[in-house]
Amino acid sequence: MTAVAQLESWLENFTEAERSVPGRALPWLKKLREDAFARFCDVGFPTTKDEDWRFTNVSAIARTQFRAAPAYEKSRLAESGFGVFNGGADAARSAFLLFINGRFAQFFSHTENLPKGVTVASLAELMEREPATLEQHLGRYASQERDAFVALNTAFLADGAYVHVARGVVVEQPIYLLYISTQEDAPTVTHPRNLIVAEDGSQVAVVEDYVSHPIRDEAADKGGAAIEGGAAIFSNAVTELVAGENAHVQHYLIEREHLKAFNISTLRIEQGRSANVASHSVLLGGGLVRNNVHPVLAGEGGECLINGLFLGTGRQHLDNYMHVEHAAPHCGSRQFYNGILDGQAHGVFHGRIVVHKDAQKTDAKQTNRNLLLSDDAQIDTKPQLEIYADDVKCTHGATIGQIEENALFYLQSRGISESEARKLLLMAFAEECVDRMHSTAARELVVGLIRRHLLFMESVSAPAKGEVEERVMEEVG
Amino acid sequence: MSLLEIRNLHVNVDGNEILKGIDLTVNAGEVHSIMGPNGSGKSTLAQVLARRDAYNVTEGTVTLDGKDLLEMKPEEAACEGVFLAFQYPVEIPGIGNTYFLRSALNAQRRYRGLDEMDAMDFLPMFREKLALLEMDDKLMSRSLNEGFSGGEKKRNEILQMAVLEPKLAILDETDSGLDIDALRIVAHGVNSLRSPERAMVVVTHYQRLLDYIVPDYVHVLVDGRIVRSGGKELALELEEKGYGWTEKEAVGARG
Repeated sequence: MTAVAQLESWLENFTEAERSVPGRALPWLKKLREDAFARFCDVGFPTTKDEDWRFTNVSAIARTQFRAAPAYEKSRLAESGFGVFNGGADAARSAFLLFINGRFAQFFSHTENLPKGVTVASLAELMEREPATLEQHLGRYASQERDAFVALNTAFLADGAYVHVARGVVVEQPIYLLYISTQEDAPTVTHPRNLIVAEDGSQVAVVEDYVSHPIRDEAADKGGAAIEGGAAIFSNAVTELVAGENAHVQHYLIEREHLKAFNISTLRIEQGRSANVASHSVLLGGGLVRNNVHPVLAGEGGECLINGLFLGTGRQHLDNYMHVEHAAPHCGSRQFYNGILDGQAHGVFHGRIVVHKDAQKTDAKQTNRNLLLSDDAQIDTKPQLEIYADDVKCTHGATIGQIEENALFYLQSRGISESEARKLLLMAFAEECVDRMHSTAARELVVGLIRRHLLFMESVSAPAKGEVEERVMEEVG
Repeated sequence: MSLLEIRNLHVNVDGNEILKGIDLTVNAGEVHSIMGPNGSGKSTLAQVLARRDAYNVTEGTVTLDGKDLLEMKPEEAACEGVFLAFQYPVEIPGIGNTYFLRSALNAQRRYRGLDEMDAMDFLPMFREKLALLEMDDKLMSRSLNEGFSGGEKKRNEILQMAVLEPKLAILDETDSGLDIDALRIVAHGVNSLRSPERAMVVVTHYQRLLDYIVPDYVHVLVDGRIVRSGGKELALELEEKGYGWTEKEAVGARG
């Protein structure tokens, strides 16, 4: 498909969306979308000549003709794999929103456990109900100038989650958002758009979980037949997160779509004075994934934790692009990303820290640790520090290694099988990231998923003879 | 049938011959000490018996209860009852001591067709062994050997041995680096594990350990060969005369 044909295809989608999109009657929203689409048309998809995209080639996205994913009927819910994906207990969530093919699915969603002062709803619903509230924040933070994918998302902005926590309100259990893409005959795209506003002194945790049908299956995964017959999907998600003064917010991104999935996720965080925000990313699935995390520490004394784990097998490409902006004095940021790569998987960690002129006493730290389990796995890790203040502390470090032979032998010498020992060591490495997660419910979900996905790794389960079956691990003492 | 039979064992590491024909027979209930100067091949022998695959056996046989030990993977050897107390125990962040030890015990129990031990059964037994080694149970909630002192690591090795109850325990320089108090505790732990069903091979550089763990047999390993074997009095002779005397014998034996 030529560049012109690509644009024509997107224009066709855009024109079609304009006729039926929620909130089309709102002039400010209409303008936001149109400007974004114009911006996207101007810049087009990035190429590897663009420094920010040096290690990630998105031409496969550019040349695919995507259609908007079809609306979904309740009667077909079983086919979506909903039952498989929705593993968590309702008691461990304060609210649950289900999105199928980018649209809010009211059935099975629930918000009745929320404390007073918390609104959790679909963005489309808010467009009808309280457009003025949305207008205050929507599109104010994520930069469509900077990023073509954000522009594209904004142009097609239709639905997603809206979370608002009033001043001083504490939400104990996480708000869980599940995004399912279904299997279709032709390539489909969704543009989930989320807005999370935590007012001053409030506290909340939000989990975004991206899945696709059919679920990744170990045997099929290894045979490369995981999604035979199904077409590619493209999830192009943007979340704007606003943390008011002294607010505590945890954000979790879980990516576990199948291998024909493209996933570009952007989390843009705006932090007020003394706000404390944690971004936790867990990339397990997806064929080509780009995880953008962009916090701006805009008020004095803010703290930001950027924590992540990526686990790649086969030919997966998992790119983490961190862009931490220190815009006010006395703020601290901590980045910790661990990667485990097997097969021919390719991981990227790009850790950019920008310290603005006035952001004195900035304390920024970045650590990226990687394990390569095969000769063909690859990691590109790149720190990028731009410091315009003179009284700051910025450190960065990256390591690339293999499973330590000494440790493996030690475990085996006590009777633990080689594959079990490998799993234990990888799990220990992964749990460095898990241990930084505060929400018990989120941690449990993530640990279970990591265990499952470790089994997709050839170097882990490449069975030696006398293999013991997978064991549930539990801690004693 | 002896518990451990080593016949004419030759081992290469990176193309260098380290063991040059070892013969050794160990019966259940016996404690053998292997002494020798640095670089004589003591640790290599210990690691080969625990089945570390960096070592290339070029000749000879080793059997455990009549089974070919050299065919076994490290975990199989462990499940068959071999235990190596490491000279340098490995620190493994992220794996809890207690969890690790129970996993190891249950892996071995499964191999032997026994039921797994649940936490309720495991903990009382575990506490007893901790007391034996005078270990603080706070250490057990930490990661495996992480941040342990040298003495704590060595005690942890003997603790693992006490829990896993091997048929053949190989102690690789367990005394190195221990002060006298730690040495006494370790030796007490080891001695309490002596039994008619269990054999021990104690590899050491120093005679001092043998004051506390009294062996039935002493073998002197020099340059990849056992040059002298005898009773515990041989250790005293070594202490008096040093290894120089045996090294001359080794040259003589080759000559």
